[in-house]
Amino acid sequence: TLRLICTTTAVQKNNAGASGPEKYTEAFIKKQIEEFNLGKRHLANMMGEDPETFTQEDIDRAIAYLFPSGLFDKQARPMMKHPTEIFPEQRKIQWGEDGRPFHFLFYTGKQSYYSLMHETYEKLLNVQKHQDQLIAQDLPLQKEKRNLAGSRWLTKIELEEMLLEKLSDDDYSRFIQLLQKLVALPCADIEEKYIQKFSREVPVQLQKVVIEPLQYDERGVAFSTGEGKRKTARATAVVYDSGTGKITVNGIDILHYFPVLQDREQLLFPFQFLGRIGKHDMVCTVSGGGRSSQAGAIRLASAKALRSFVTEKEVEFMRQAGLLTVDPRVKERKKPGQEGPRRKFTWKKR
Amino acid sequence: QLERGCALHTAARDCQSSLSSQDVPAERPRAVFHTSESDPAKHTEQHEGRLYHIPLEEVKAVFPHGLPHRFQQQIQTFNEARVMVRRPALELLAYLKGSNLAHPAVRYVIYGERGTGKTMTLCHVVHYCSRQGWLVLHIPDAHLWVKNCKELLQSSYNKERLDQPLQASVWLKNFKTSNERFLQEIKTQRKYMWGKRESTEEGRPLGEVVEQGLARVRSASDAVGVVLRELKLQSPRGSFRLLVAVDGVNALWGRTTLRKEDKSPVSPEELTLVHNLRKMVRNDWSGGAIVTTLSQTGSLFKPSSAYTPQELLGREGFDTLDPFVPIPVPNYSPREFESCYSYYLERRWLQHEKAHTEDGKAELQFLSGSNPRQLDRLAGPL
Repeated sequence: TLRLICTTTAVQKNNAGASGPEKYTEAFIKKQIEEFNLGKRHLANMMGEDPETFTQEDIDRAIAYLFPSGLFDKQARPMMKHPTEIFPEQRKIQWGEDGRPFHFLFYTGKQSYYSLMHETYEKLLNVQKHQDQLIAQDLPLQKEKRNLAGSRWLTKIELEEMLLEKLSDDDYSRFIQLLQKLVALPCADIEEKYIQKFSREVPVQLQKVVIEPLQYDERGVAFSTGEGKRKTARATAVVYDSGTGKITVNGIDILHYFPVLQDREQLLFPFQFLGRIGKHDMVCTVSGGGRSSQAGAIRLASAKALRSFVTEKEVEFMRQAGLLTVDPRVKERKKPGQEGPRRKFTWKKR
Repeated sequence: QLERGCALHTAARDCQSSLSSQDVPAERPRAVFHTSESDPAKHTEQHEGRLYHIPLEEVKAVFPHGLPHRFQQQIQTFNEARVMVRRPALELLAYLKGSNLAHPAVRYVIYGERGTGKTMTLCHVVHYCSRQGWLVLHIPDAHLWVKNCKELLQSSYNKERLDQPLQASVWLKNFKTSNERFLQEIKTQRKYMWGKRESTEEGRPLGEVVEQGLARVRSASDAVGVVLRELKLQSPRGSFRLLVAVDGVNALWGRTTLRKEDKSPVSPEELTLVHNLRKMVRNDWSGGAIVTTLSQTGSLFKPSSAYTPQELLGREGFDTLDPFVPIPVPNYSPREFESCYSYYLERRWLQHEKAHTEDGKAELQFLSGSNPRQLDRLAGPL
């Protein structure tokens, strides 16, 4: 019987893709870190800077200078970062040389999740015991409200990253319920540090838009300015507080500048929404774009200018109505191999 | 909102029925803006912004061809003709009332932006004059004579000129309907030859000339010329007063879109009708008035933003018409806008529920820019 002796390694391997991403050993990571530090010092010397005080930003700048790249994707450009940022965290081998696992909950499958649940429950029992002690001593229970408004619990993805193992939605919700139960108890302040590990600050109204106050011109009439854009058109609008809803665009009355009804309706919309059609005068300048995009740009500019005349609640209504959002639609790029952004060439059977 | 609209409607009806015999005072804010004063002679500033009624038979008699197309459709829809009394018209009427007929005819040029009501002002004046017993020479749109002409004949009277039989015959027909009684009174002063065989003797009523023009379409343009000449010669005598009302007078001095058979362009002087009309518009006769309107909508080769007399008439026309009294026609004032809006509401032309509210009214005013034509077009689909 003939046996195949010379075989390729591909056939010998059972199944190349089944083992998942490559596992890095600890030694490998340590070596990478050493190489990174060495490289950092070399780079500092090359750039003529002090190796001791060479921060990550300096590294980024140096790499961008030495290896300029025109690629659009920032992740595709050459980068030099600490190995912990590049190589994702992986779990070390969970069992020793004799095959015995280290952790006592290894055979549950989700060892870190269950150990976390156990810990949290332990803290809960701790708090209850402390509470009982206080009651026994007739001392008043501390009732300091934690600021729940500015914080949120970890999301499921963040928790998975922390525990380095997959969770199901059910597990996650059970964990959050346990945390909430813990926080609800009056003496939870003892375990404050533990709880803070699982809560994140919510940035309160990130980038709160500042509403400019009204300005007054020589005649004493209040006015405010706003800028808007749409596609390629840029517009600035000055809204005055006196009467008669007259609107002038680039020195021309809107009836002549926008003969189409649709454009005038666009201009009308912010005023109609606030119910102030005949109350404000407006003078605008607009350039670029076509007829419709100029109308959209002026609409945005006038809505932004009207914010100063109006209460905060109405500003919120305007924002929800979409009057204050810049329209992100622009002309889509033409792709090679096609006639336009979406249209393909005529298909010929032969 | 619907009930409010209905209430307004019923209130309006009550107002109108109770006050049909007297003039409506201006104190009531919700009053219907109508006047029962049908005679333009009695219109004063008190009636400004109101709509007055013209009986339908009069419309057919006085305006066989003068009203704008959209207005005619509106008459058909509402089954009545209501014209708004506006300040430029009142001004013109005041001038006409105070004009001295012994002096050469004064020329008035009504001008304004597109769709502000110039033709309607002209029709108001024509109605007044016909009520007063003037002879009205109303040319609905001079632009019709300089473009889209199917037939051009070489004139028999003058070799260089070109005739337009169709337009001339149409105009003669309408002229006959509007000025029936004058045609019997006025007599010709000269003998006119129509070709080799037919002729009109001296002293025959003008009606015969008109019949001749209608019967023999070939000589219709010459008939028009004869009519114009006779009227011009006879009006200084004072037996009747002549009003020459030309709409779109800038067509007489612009360019034409017509071409001769050898594809060379035709200039306006070569058209008989235009030539005769130019003679009418010159102020070398007395005993009447000349009221003209500039119109950009039908004009050829002129930019759409042009509306002043200088731009539209051109150098030649301006020199010929100079001196004239310019009468600008602006967009609706707030009061006029209100009256037009309440008229539409009352006739249930605005069906949309939001149109009955104050907000709807403000929206309409904003979107139309108080321009009568825009308002009319906007109110159509509502």
